[in-house]
Amino acid sequence: MVLSKQKKVEMYRTMVKIRSFEERIVDLYARGLVPGIAHLYIGEEAVAVGACANLREDDYITSTHRGHGHVIAKGADVKFMMAELFGKTTGYCKGKGGSMHIADVDIGILGANGIAGGGLPIAVGAGISSKYRKTDQVTICFFGDGASNNGTFHESLNLAAVHKLPVIFTCENNQYAISTEQRMHQTIKDISIRAVAYDIPGITVEGNDIMTVYEAVNKAVQWARSGKGPTLVECKTYRWRGHHEGDPNLGERYRSKEDIKPWIEKCPIKRFERVLLKKRVLTQAKIDHIKETIQKEIDEAVEFANASPFPKHGDIYEDVFEEEMGGFR
Amino acid sequence: MREITYAQAINEALRENMRRNNRIILMGEDIGRYGGIFQVTAGLLNEFGPDRVIDTPISEAGFVGTCVGAAMTGLHPVAEVMFIDFTTCAMDMIVNQMAKMHYMSGGRGKVPFVLRTNIGAGRGAAAQHSQSFHSFFMHIPGLKVVTPATPYDAKGLMNMALADENPVVFVEHKKLFITKGHVPEESYAIPFGKADIKREGNDITIVATHALVQKTLNVAEEMSREGIEIEVLDPRTISPLDRETILNSVRKTGKLITADEGCVSGGFGSEVAAIVAQEAFDYLEAPVVRVGSPDTPVPFSPPLEQFYIPDEGNIREAVNKILEYQ
Repeated sequence: MVLSKQKKVEMYRTMVKIRSFEERIVDLYARGLVPGIAHLYIGEEAVAVGACANLREDDYITSTHRGHGHVIAKGADVKFMMAELFGKTTGYCKGKGGSMHIADVDIGILGANGIAGGGLPIAVGAGISSKYRKTDQVTICFFGDGASNNGTFHESLNLAAVHKLPVIFTCENNQYAISTEQRMHQTIKDISIRAVAYDIPGITVEGNDIMTVYEAVNKAVQWARSGKGPTLVECKTYRWRGHHEGDPNLGERYRSKEDIKPWIEKCPIKRFERVLLKKRVLTQAKIDHIKETIQKEIDEAVEFANASPFPKHGDIYEDVFEEEMGGFR
Repeated sequence: MREITYAQAINEALRENMRRNNRIILMGEDIGRYGGIFQVTAGLLNEFGPDRVIDTPISEAGFVGTCVGAAMTGLHPVAEVMFIDFTTCAMDMIVNQMAKMHYMSGGRGKVPFVLRTNIGAGRGAAAQHSQSFHSFFMHIPGLKVVTPATPYDAKGLMNMALADENPVVFVEHKKLFITKGHVPEESYAIPFGKADIKREGNDITIVATHALVQKTLNVAEEMSREGIEIEVLDPRTISPLDRETILNSVRKTGKLITADEGCVSGGFGSEVAAIVAQEAFDYLEAPVVRVGSPDTPVPFSPPLEQFYIPDEGNIREAVNKILEYQ
């Protein structure tokens, strides 16, 4: 598939941005500078970026508890993300959602979600809404191998298939449901074979190769935009960090450093970098410049978050309900 | 004055809103061709077509969650969950998604969505089709919980539910569907959080919901002949709850009975009793009495089920208990 150089550089940049954001969170957490829980996306960047590179601003995504990568790939501003992680009023959710609930409906981010499998029916809803409004918007629904065993997986794929909804069910198979390995939580190896049960296309791809992800999702997006319905795309990948920051020694209770090592060698960013260098889309100097610029952006995000105020106690009562009424028609 | 049933009143409100507002779609099991098992959506498929009246697979989490997503992206869906018992299959979608999306996103995502369902025993359907745990939803911030007792209220409250840009759990009562009452043909909306004084009285306050409103009115008429004047308050929405009207009434009568079909422990009546104990303690002249269902699952056998359902006898008993403190 032919993509412009500019597009490829943009995709590379976004991967680096996700990685840098997450690495900064590792550091900030270790130093106790951000509160709460964060589930990091390091090692899985090719999935979010390869998938979202197919989307328009008015398309939708639903995300997961491990959502930083998805929302950055859909265009979220790291400044407001960082402020949200810090629990500040300037964050995406005014500090009320935190890491697991970043949402910006205006750019199609229907929310990261703290419930495994929680985003799937919501994605179906975005799909039925796009179809009803007769737009050609599509929705990418991200979820993990763990969530694929939740009842919502079946209910959502079935509903989307019955109504031929424009939803791309994008399964990030990072091989662990927290500590439970895939072989312990399901008998199948390729989750995409479940597509057969809904009579929809299903494909398993190498999730650490961004162009492979891009192409698979591209096909699914075209299929969806033309009214043919959903696709199940499974991307095999791996999470380098523990389930969350604080999972001891990157998950040593259920895996060893030796298990992780080959996946670090399969780093999706380095892999793309090699391709781009070889094809002379990028030079080492340009790569260094991109990394530098992004570090600066992350620095600024941290400064912004630090400088922002915490909510006041009274703010707890705001936003429980939408105050604006549709009006009695 | 035109009289129609409670089911027809809801149907009329849905129909009129769907004519005016093309954001509204309906989803649920057997709501289209079948018209809903209680015929609340009868005829709507014919008028609005299958894009707006959608028969779903049996998948409560799936279609309730679908409504959440549709609401976040511009529609105003109305779901029918066949019995409140089945909301348990969609509890994550209701409690963690529908109710919290607006708050978690700091107001960036709104969920204008009406989830219709129904409570009530009395059809011999036993423990999984007869429950009345609507008060469970008043424990979840972010949901508005509506409890219509009459055809008039049902239409006006549905009109308001569809004018509200928030998640609404609209709890109907299955034994009320065929009851008839005056319902104006024109459109009108009943505000949420505004209790209706269904009968004025100075001696005892009874806060009643759903089918117990009429049963309480029946007892009040009887007691009136004995010179006891009962004030009957119907909150109409249990969340938001019109505390002021309840407190004002208790300040006047000094006596409170609650009558709600949920199991007594941890129920709506307990909440009302707590509010009154906290805010109007000095005015109480007698213990508060809660009328409700026993703390058991709904039994099947007809005599047991009839014993289970709170009725005029239970209300009379509560009144007599209170009168001992005169």
